[in-house]
Amino acid sequence: MPSSENTMPKDMPIALNIQNLNVYFGEGHEKFRAVKDVSISVAAGGSYGLVGESGSGKSTVLRAVSGLVTNWDGTIAVNGETISKKREMSYCRTIQMVFQDPYASLHPRHSIDRTLSEPLRLHKFDNIDDRVNQALVDVGLGTSFRFRYPHQLSGGQRQRVAIARALMLEPEILLLDEPTSALDVSVQAEILNLLSDIRKKRQLTYILVTHDLAVVAHMCDEIAVMSHGEIVEVMDVQTMRDSKPQHEYTRELLEASEGYQAEA
Amino acid sequence: MSIDTLSDDQGIKGWLTSESPESRFHAQMVQLYAGWQSLVANRLAFLGFMIIVLLVLVAIFAPLLATHDPSLQDLKATLLPPFTDGHILGTDDSGRDIWSRIIYGSRITLFIVALVAFTAPVFGLLVGTVSGYLGGWVDTVLMRITDIFLAFPRLVLALAFVSALGAGIENAILAISLTAWPPYARIARAETLTIRNSDYIAAIQLQGAGRLRIILGHIWPMCMSSLIVRVTLDMAGIILTAAGLGFLGLGAQPPSPEWGAMISSGRQFIHDHWWIATMPGLAIFIVSLGFNLLGDGLRDILDPKKAQS
Amino acid sequence: MNKPLLEVEDLWVRFASKKRVVEAVRGISFSVGRERVGIVGESGSGKSMTGRSILRLVRHPGQVDAKKIHFDGQDLQALSEKEMRDVRGHKISLVMQDPKFSLNPVMKVGDQISEAYRVHTNASKAEARSRSIEMLNAVQIRNPERVYDSYPHEVSGGMGQRIMIAMMLIPEPDLLIADEPTSALDVTVQRRVLQIMDKLVQERGMGLIFISHDLNLVASFCDRVIIMYGGRIVETCRADELQNAKHPYTRGLLNALPDIHQPKDQLSVLERDPKWIEDPSVDAFL
Repeated sequence: MPSSENTMPKDMPIALNIQNLNVYFGEGHEKFRAVKDVSISVAAGGSYGLVGESGSGKSTVLRAVSGLVTNWDGTIAVNGETISKKREMSYCRTIQMVFQDPYASLHPRHSIDRTLSEPLRLHKFDNIDDRVNQALVDVGLGTSFRFRYPHQLSGGQRQRVAIARALMLEPEILLLDEPTSALDVSVQAEILNLLSDIRKKRQLTYILVTHDLAVVAHMCDEIAVMSHGEIVEVMDVQTMRDSKPQHEYTRELLEASEGYQAEA
Repeated sequence: MSIDTLSDDQGIKGWLTSESPESRFHAQMVQLYAGWQSLVANRLAFLGFMIIVLLVLVAIFAPLLATHDPSLQDLKATLLPPFTDGHILGTDDSGRDIWSRIIYGSRITLFIVALVAFTAPVFGLLVGTVSGYLGGWVDTVLMRITDIFLAFPRLVLALAFVSALGAGIENAILAISLTAWPPYARIARAETLTIRNSDYIAAIQLQGAGRLRIILGHIWPMCMSSLIVRVTLDMAGIILTAAGLGFLGLGAQPPSPEWGAMISSGRQFIHDHWWIATMPGLAIFIVSLGFNLLGDGLRDILDPKKAQS
Repeated sequence: MNKPLLEVEDLWVRFASKKRVVEAVRGISFSVGRERVGIVGESGSGKSMTGRSILRLVRHPGQVDAKKIHFDGQDLQALSEKEMRDVRGHKISLVMQDPKFSLNPVMKVGDQISEAYRVHTNASKAEARSRSIEMLNAVQIRNPERVYDSYPHEVSGGMGQRIMIAMMLIPEPDLLIADEPTSALDVTVQRRVLQIMDKLVQERGMGLIFISHDLNLVASFCDRVIIMYGGRIVETCRADELQNAKHPYTRGLLNALPDIHQPKDQLSVLERDPKWIEDPSVDAFL
């Protein structure tokens, strides 16, 4: 079992520590372990990538951390504190999530204004108007978008709104579930740049889930490769850039990302 | 800036079709106007809408439109055919002016429609969304109750309620509402089951919203359109049920000009004096048709899939 | 060998609504020989519509116009709907992105493949069955007999896609139009599917139109590439020369891709020039 300890920057505190996480779907005979003994630790201010194909359980890890999936065991600790299955209100101000499909993650009948101001009202923030306007400027949309509805926006613009929403409560950790896989490459570049800028500016911790090795290599310092619910390899980004992964499956993924080889 | 956009896009119309509204109110107006435009574009739906507007106007201005007192009997002028002695649609067996009775009857019909439309769907929506969102034993209990109500034919159940509560228009409305909510609960639950797993609900959960807020603020708006369509389409049935109860003597009581009761009293003369039963029948037909056309059109207009493309 | 299989000239696809006419494809000309042609573009570039319009599968209210759509010397536009059905599947096949929507959910997988075969060959049932199982074998489905007797919901997405491909290939089409056929598949399955299509082109001389958004994949898999933007062809080149593409749009797309081996701080963002929409379409003949 490769350990993530040796590649961790020692001086940084650990923002997220997951030990022996198992996630289950279904009950009784149908019970199925979607995530098996996953352990990762992410340094504060770091950017951690989870790579894998569909059904590898990578998104499920995020959903367990965020609290959307409750049927799990193991330990999840945020900033050194072990969290329970029932989440406190304050947890929302620590961890937020950006979803894969911007066409499905914004409420179709709510204006952008409502989408962005609702979390502020829930957590009794002041200056709601100013904060919403500022959030729109921060994600590069501008205040003229404030009273529009999602159907008036393009995919990239919607994803910017979704990022703004995740940032409204000023979280420290952002969970990114395939944030660009539903977007065109040119739009993907814009969104990835935006995410990099925001991380720099706000010193956020990212956990990025994706199937695209190039995206994870661009965004993350440390990468875990998942297959069939298990982590098969943990490596730093340099290992990946040098094409020196240990595990057969990782090599296969790397090869496929280079394009098609006739005699494989 | 706002002045510029106004003058650029020709005043009010430009303001109503603005791509970037400047306030919450403005955004709502733009949405309303877009809905209005698609309603106007759909001719049949617009026709239905106009029929209903007409019904409302008739109900409001009944005293002006009626030519006679609807309950004034004139035994010298019974069973007059249409267009005699100033009776546009003739008179019934007590010599009452049918035109005026239909005009005043529209108030009763509207009263029934409005009350049922604001009680049964809201109750059904509440039961359905709570059931669908919470799941578990809450779902089981609520849905079994719904099934019990659904197991009876609507008119029969309404009959049972009215007989238990006593005849009268208020009890008829109550009975209709009691029998009308289960289908709405079913629709709302089915919609909720698909909505509750969507990412936008997950997003608001992560932001710490409670169950009630999610159900009322996030799930209700998504169920609204299919429910409005269903209610509009059901209105015809509700009017008919009310008329049916009236016809059976369990709804509005005799002197009151309820359309179903009018048909009932005209039934015995139908062979020789067809207009007594036919005229209120026509009124029921037109209003039902209006609601049906509007419902059909709303289904096209409010379909969220279409709105997204 | 170099005689084109499919020739398309001045192809337009228009969607007219009450308010305006949307032109999804705007006057493109290209030809396909017995080779692998990749059509690349972003969403809304008209690449999928191009594939569908050849088979007359553009849905109402879409309107297809062309000076010429010739397949193997035959004028496809002149064919009746009945004759077109014979061309579809028999001579030209279409594989779409999502197998779940393309397979009939209440029919056994095997029966659907056999039917595709029998419609065009008048083969007996037993013959069709053995041929279908052979084909399932060819797309590397383990246990083809069992899969033959299962329903679409009983197979995984990747297998469904391979079944679709088997079904499209069993009548031995001369041209295969594949619209994002592998983007929903895992890498290992993706490679197999590409190999099968590759083999058919190499060994049987089938023509392949490979529609995709994945520049790397198209560059490594195809012989020629057509790059579409705003319903027009902005550039065409040999696939192995895609890295040296000239058009600013193609260059922009290539630069916007993150690269595993060459890290950069910021990805370059594509600046769209309104002129690209106006520029005339480039002809992409053999």
